[in-house]
This record gives sequence, C-alpha cells and structure tokens, in this order.
Amino acid sequence: MAQSAEHVLDHLELFRGPEYQQMLAKKKMFENPRDPAEVERIKEWTKTTEYREKNFAREALAVNPAKACQPLGAVFASVGFEGTLPFVHGSQGCVAYYRSHLSRHFKEPSSCVSSSMTEDAAVFGGLNNMIDGLANSYNMYKPKMIAVSTTCMAEVIGDDLNAFIKTSKEKGSVPADFDVPFAHTPAFVGSHVTGYDNALKGILEHFWDGKAGTAPKLERKQNEAINIIGGFDGYTVGNLREIKRILALMGIQHTILSDNSEVFDTPTDGEFRMYDGGTTLEDAANAIHAKATISMQQWCTEKTLPFVAEHGQDVESFNYPVGLSATDDFIVALSRISGKEIPEQLARERGRLVDAIADSSAHIHGKKFAIYGDPDLCYGLAAFLLELGAEPTHVLSTNGNKAWHEKMQVLLASSPFGRGCQAYPGRDLWHMRSLLFTEPVDFLIGNTYGKYLERDTGTPLIRIGFPIFDRHHHHRSPLWGYQGGLNALVKILDKIFDEIDKKTNVLGKTDYSFDIIR
Amino acid sequence: MLVAKVLLKKPPSQQVTFEGHQMSLATTQSIAEIRARNKELIEEVLKVYPEKTAKRRAKHLNVHQAGKSDCGVKSNIKSIPGVMTIRGCAYAGSKGVVWGPIKDMVHISHGPVGCGQYSWGSRRNYYVGTTGIDSFVTLQFTSDFQEKDIVFGGDKKLVKILDEIQELFPLNNGITIQSECPIGLIGDDIEAVSRAKSKEYGGKTIVPVRCEGFRGVSQSLGHHIANDAVRDWIFDQLEPDAKPKFEPTPYDVAIIGDYNIGGDAWSSRILLEEMGLRVIAQWSGDGSLAELEATPKAKLNILHCYRSMNYISRHMEEKFGIPWCEYNFFGPSKIAESLRKIAGYFDDKIKEGAERVIEKYQPLVNAVIAKYRPRLEGKTVMLYVGGLRPRHVIGAYEDLGMEVIGTGYEFGHNDDYQRTAQHYVKDSTLIYDDVNGYEFERFVEKLQPDLVGSGIKEKYVFQKMGVPFRQMHSWDYSGPYHGYDGFAIFARDMDMAINSPVWKKTKAPWKEASSAKLLAAE
Repeated sequence: MAQSAEHVLDHLELFRGPEYQQMLAKKKMFENPRDPAEVERIKEWTKTTEYREKNFAREALAVNPAKACQPLGAVFASVGFEGTLPFVHGSQGCVAYYRSHLSRHFKEPSSCVSSSMTEDAAVFGGLNNMIDGLANSYNMYKPKMIAVSTTCMAEVIGDDLNAFIKTSKEKGSVPADFDVPFAHTPAFVGSHVTGYDNALKGILEHFWDGKAGTAPKLERKQNEAINIIGGFDGYTVGNLREIKRILALMGIQHTILSDNSEVFDTPTDGEFRMYDGGTTLEDAANAIHAKATISMQQWCTEKTLPFVAEHGQDVESFNYPVGLSATDDFIVALSRISGKEIPEQLARERGRLVDAIADSSAHIHGKKFAIYGDPDLCYGLAAFLLELGAEPTHVLSTNGNKAWHEKMQVLLASSPFGRGCQAYPGRDLWHMRSLLFTEPVDFLIGNTYGKYLERDTGTPLIRIGFPIFDRHHHHRSPLWGYQGGLNALVKILDKIFDEIDKKTNVLGKTDYSFDIIR
Repeated sequence: MLVAKVLLKKPPSQQVTFEGHQMSLATTQSIAEIRARNKELIEEVLKVYPEKTAKRRAKHLNVHQAGKSDCGVKSNIKSIPGVMTIRGCAYAGSKGVVWGPIKDMVHISHGPVGCGQYSWGSRRNYYVGTTGIDSFVTLQFTSDFQEKDIVFGGDKKLVKILDEIQELFPLNNGITIQSECPIGLIGDDIEAVSRAKSKEYGGKTIVPVRCEGFRGVSQSLGHHIANDAVRDWIFDQLEPDAKPKFEPTPYDVAIIGDYNIGGDAWSSRILLEEMGLRVIAQWSGDGSLAELEATPKAKLNILHCYRSMNYISRHMEEKFGIPWCEYNFFGPSKIAESLRKIAGYFDDKIKEGAERVIEKYQPLVNAVIAKYRPRLEGKTVMLYVGGLRPRHVIGAYEDLGMEVIGTGYEFGHNDDYQRTAQHYVKDSTLIYDDVNGYEFERFVEKLQPDLVGSGIKEKYVFQKMGVPFRQMHSWDYSGPYHGYDGFAIFARDMDMAINSPVWKKTKAPWKEASSAKLLAAE
C-alpha cells in the first residue's frame, strides 16, 4: 500500500505505483483492446501527409473545434453593464454550461438565469416561461437591467423575444419602464463572437432606438467622447483596465461599452458581489452622442459597428491590437479622433517595449509559430509575431470567415516573415494536429485545449486565448497597450527559454549550452 | 490506533478547534432550536418570491425530522424559470455522465457546437488509452450544426459524419449520437441513420441517444435515456449464445455508476480485487464497449451512483437475473459496511477477504483520522451536489468528526430522499431540493458553515463570502475520493480547504470583521 497519512498521494502519483499498474494491466483483458502494434501503426499513420489530406477533406465532422456558441458571447457582453442579469431564453442546461465555462476561465462567479424551457414549452412556445422567469429574476436578484438572449431550442421553435417581453411587461412581470433589451442568438449561426455582437447591438438598440417602441428614439447631440468596445476577450479584465488607463492618460472622455472588467475580478473580502462595475445604463444611452466608437475586435462587432455608424458616429475597428505597430495605430487613432496629444508617458512606455524587443529579439527571430483562436486574436498575435521577426506559419480560426481569411493573407503577404505562412478559416484543432505533424513549427499559441496538441505533436504550447482553464490569473494582465505587448512578449520568451533549458539539461550529455546567461 | 479511539470518544464540549477557528452554532444549540431556526430561515427565504413561485418552492425546502421515511420535500420537478437553478440538462446526463466516459467509442455531440464545447474534458473521467487513436474521451466530436442543417435536417450530415469517423478514427469500437436540443425539434431520424450505417459497417455498434436538453427537468432523464439506450442498442443486439470472451468465475462483479472521476473507480476496484472478487466491467469510468457487453455475465452488479444507473441495474436483474447491491465507498465506516455487504452475496472466501481488506487498511484509516480529525472536529458542512453525493459523502465527513447541517440534490428523486432520511442525515438538517443561487447563498449566510461542498458555479460565490469550499463534482481537480486511498485524499483536501490561512485574511485589518454576506438582492 503506497498511501499514507504523512504523505498523502493523490491522482498525480497514486496510480503510478506497482499495485495500480498491475491492476490496470489486468483490466485490459476485459476491454477487448486493439493490438498494440495496430495502435502504433494508426498513430504513425495520423502523422502522415496522406492522413492530412483525408483530414482536410472532411466536410461534415468537426473534431476539437476552437469556438463556442452565440449565447456565451451574449452573456459575456451583458454582464458588462451595470447591475445587469443575463437571461437566456430556452433550455436551462445551456446556462449551466455558460456559467461553468466562464467561472472556470476567470475563477470567478458567473451569474445568469434561464427560462428553463422543457417539452411543453417546445410544443406550445416559451411565453409562459418568459413571463414567470422575468418576474422571478426581477424579484430575486434585483437587477437594474435584464438582458435577454436565446438558446438554439427557442430559436428552432421560433419564439419572438420582442413580443414575449412586451407581453411579460403587460402581465406585470417587470415594470413597464424596466430595461429588458434582447437579442436572438441562435447557436447554429456564427460563434460566441457573433453572440457578443448581437447582444451588444441589442442593448444599444434598446437605449438608442426607443426601447422597443416604448420610448422616443434618442436624438444624437455629438459630444467629445469616444466609445470603446472590447469584444469577446479572455483578457477583458486586464485589457479594459489598461485601455481605461491609457484613455485617462490622454484625457479622453470615454465610455467602455460592456465593461466587464470588474464583475470578472471581484475581491474576496467577505461579500459576494453578484453585480460589480459595468457600463452604467445612463452611459450606455448617452453613448449615442459620442464622436466616435472604436471596436478593438472587428469580428466581434460586425453588426454593432455599422449600427453605430448609421447613427452618425465615426467608427474604427482594430483586430486585437498586440505589440508595437498595432498599439501605435490604436494610440494614433485615439489622438486623431479625440484631438488630444499623445502624452510623453505613452512614448516612454512605447520605448520600453521597443527596448524589450531589442533585448530579446535574437531568441524569437526566425522561430516558427502556429496560432489558433478567435479571428481577431489570431490576427493580432500574427501581426505581433511578424514585427518580432517570427513566422506565423499556421494561423487557424474555427470561427474565422472568408473575409478574415483574405485579411490574414494580406497581412502575411505584407511581411517577408509571412512568406509561406497560411491562414485556415473554419478549421479545427484536429486539422491543426495534421498541420503540426506535416509542417512542424517551433511553438504553438492557443488556449488550454492546445495542451492535447502539445502532448501529441511535441510542439510547446504558449497559452494565450480563451478558455484558459489550467493556468491561473493571466486574464488579469493586459495584452493591449505597450504594457500588454510587453506581457505577451514575456509569455513567449519564457516558453522559449524553458524549452532551450529543457533540451540542454541532460547531465553528462548536454552540459554545454545549458547556459546561465541567455 | 489508540489516538484515534481517544479522539472518537471526546465529548462535544471538548471538541478541538483548530487555530482559533470559530465553532459553528449548530453544535451548541439544541435540536429544537436548530429546527426552529431552520424553519424560520425557510420562511424568510420564501418571502422574496412572487406568490406563485413561493408556493412552488416551499415544497422543495424542509427541515428533516428524525424517524420520517423521506426528507419531506418534492423532487424531480421542473425548475422554475428565472430563479438561477443550478441544474443542467438531459444531454449533460447522457453525454456528460453516462456515455462520455466509455473510452473506445466516439461520442458525437449532435447539433450546434456549444454543448460539446462546454463539456469538453471537464469532468475528469480518467482512462488509460491512446487518445485520438483507440480512446476518445477527451476529444470533442460535433456535427457543428449550421442554419442549413436546421432548415433541411441533419440526417445527411450525420451519414457523412459516421463515414468520416470510420475513415479517420478506424480503431473506434463504436459510435454514439448524443442529441442536442434541435434534433428532436426538427424531426431528424437518427435511429434510421444508425441502423443503416451499422448494417453497412458489418454490425458496428452505433447508438442513437435521444437526450435532447429540453427533455425532462434535469440531467436525470438523460441518465435514464442513456441507460435505456444501452439496453436497446447494446444488450438487445447481443447474440445470446455467443461464446464469452473470457472464462467466467463465480466471483465476477461489475462496478456500476462510478465515473472514475480523479480515478475513483480504480481506488474502488483495487479493494474489490483484494477481497477476491473479479471486476469484469466498469460503468462507465475507464469503461469500454466490451465491458458493457460482458456485464450480463456478472454474478453481482454493485451500484455506486444509484441515481444515474439504477435503471440498467434493474433491467439486468429482470432480464439476466443478476442481483445488484448499492454500496458506498466514501469514508472508512461506509467502506467497511459496504465491503461486508458485498461479501454477503458470496461465499466465506470472499467474506474473509472483506475482513482481510478492512484489517489491512485499518492502520491507514487510524493514521488519517489521528492526523486530520483534531483539525476538523466539530466543523460543519453544507452540501449541494447531484444525485448521490448529497448523502453518500456524509459518512466520510462524520468519520472526520464533522457534521453535515444542510444538504440537497440537484436532480435526486424521492427514492434518493428516502435513502437520505433513513440512512444518512441527522434530525433537523436543512434540506433543499433544486436549490437556486439566491436560496443557497441565504442559507449559507445564515448558517455559517465551516465548509460548503458543491459545484464550480457555486465555488467562487462562497469563497468571496469567505467560506471555505470544495467542489464535490470534480473533487476540485483532486481525487480519487473513493476507497481507503481516496479517504486519505478527502481528509487532506477538507483540511486544506477549511484550515487554509487565507480565510483569516479576508478582512482588511483596518476594517471591522463581519460575517459573510451577499450584496446582491439586498
């Protein structure tokens, strides 16, 4: 018996001892296992070009896709407003999933309710669920706003949110003037970034365009403010705080539309804050008067930004700006739009990032990377790698579309380091596995699920993306701004140095190259 | 051993408090006082609801009375819209719980991408295998439905998917189709597709599962549907006269309802084998299709998670005459009781084996209790878990001198509450069925337990309030907790949760200390 009270062994060690290993070996006979030689043969076959071709010929099956569904993005966007409870109309299991998913990434509570539709609602529609649900949520959780979105069940049966909410108000579920913006967010269209877009547009539409016919439309009186939209972002806590710091430094009056940087980073001090921070409802309404709106992620705001533009604002979008050039463009745009000067402090911060890149670029230059993730994140990271002199060999986005593909190819073609690099829209991580076997790279950048690729292909994983379940607290540090660029650089460098050390630490074999100074 | 015995006999008044941790009120009040307080608390909580909702929720909340045959709550009833139920869906019960761990089969999340994505690899059903080649538990296979699949139906896509799986994952031993909500709404005939493709592939096991998320009221119906799918699409396809793949023995048993979370089934199996039994199948943690198929040859089915797998156990009893017995491998008291109960179905050799196992592990048990009981004695716990653990883990806490003062099921039925009342909870325990965020927060705020054991959605809520917490679905990424080896880990983990120094630091020194409270809905 290996177990003891003095040194308690858990799953990390317990099962590696001889007792358990013998037990597991004996279990095999009941499993009808495959011939180990055959397993080996197939394993090797999956590494070949032949397998890659079959894999890329897939038309129907998705294996390990790197995207989630719309309502997740809707919930993420909704909690960025003051006192807002996301309410997802449809099956309840979905909401359990969104909450778990967000909690596992942020290590924070995630509050959201469902209208708990079941078989009868599938037949008769979910109106009663909406009526009861809104009343219960309103009474129990005292929200300032309830933001409604939908699961695929409600979408398939065709529930009409606008009509349902109207009826619910007539039935007294919530006061007539209580804010209940809504967005249809079918899971079978787009991905979580689409849901973010739809939900945010729904909320702005509510406040700007007359609250579903219950109030006069707002008349825009342009002021000097700038609206910022962060988009769906696993680093929302660090990034939005950094953006706010930069805007304050520049003295720019601003509104963050969907600021969830507080609700996903509340203190442990004896109090559970179900709501915290967020864009105030007043600010959300007044955001119509802003001079311009900047989206940090083009593909998270494909509908929202044109909607804003239609209301007379200038709009500008970025693709998850990481690093020098992208941050330069962002800061210059802020200055141009606001008319404010760029303070010396930002120039110094920029200089520090240049300094750091100059200090370390020898270790990154020429290294090949594979990247996967949401379309904007992929673009931003690929652009950063190019300016570091690294090669973003494979850039894969399951929820990237044709326009993304074209834009990526233009980016890759713009740099000598992008030669031979490829963007892959609509592909999944099983495709990436084939890419990593047939055209190996030095490093992989992706979310937690990249660890399976790291294990299978031996490509070291740098964790940048969403979700990150198996490393803690990185979402609190920004990737945006010059400071964020530095953080991204350090993440990449740390892995590069760790790998060099790992390859040179064999006593008696590689005592050379195991250097103290790098 | 001596130390442990002395500790066990210590009267409540001398219970040790560890590093000045406050003893909970529950131990110093009389049963009548606790009962009155809990009843009052329920009344208070119900006040928040609109009248109709209050009436419905009142039936799910109660204070247990000793001697009653159940806990006096309604269960397995639809959740109320908008209340923030903690429950999941039928798909979660089938794909996430029952089928997902079967390692050599490919499980397709059939429908839009989300369901499979959110449940991808998070349940920690451990297995041994070459992932992606002959084992598939931690892969996310989905048909990733698009609008055109909803409009025109998904059957043709499913046909293609099955072909693609066969080509790219040739060593899979079978395929299941886990239906997501749209499948049942758009009229797809996944059964017909399964039959046709099975025939085409020479009788390959292809199992359509109608576990659409809108069916039933929780994960529970998904378990039942998944059990029925095993019956219809595996057992009913077996050739009755087929030669067994191994020589049967009189000591063949199957572990039913252990999902091998953190290796639970392994730390259970080792005890069963040490007492002389032979485990021929694991349902379903680290399980395989062959093990499911071989189970009708078992002499006894031993059932851990009654809630999720009693259906198939009853079926095997009726159809194949295999008896089944429930057991509990949490904590030494229940383990010993269970080992003897299981041995009772066999001859003296096994009965002696059980005694030998109990004796072998007694020194470990004593050492664990000697180390951890003084640190945990008198600590109070509130639980809210799925369909088994709200009762099953109580004994393990009690072995450590702790007391469970509140418990409830996410998706238990009345037979679970009966078992809870008759064998587990104490008089005046607060019972909450299908509790929601608001109620649970209020209960914890008022009862101030030393530990809450529940799920990921609850974890950070209570930790913010300064209340130590352990996830009791995933073992908070630890485990195993089953068996004697698991008990040591359980004790260590509860100690590290409750006695972590961080909980003394939640208040800034310049602010007055106050008890946990929630700001929402104040």
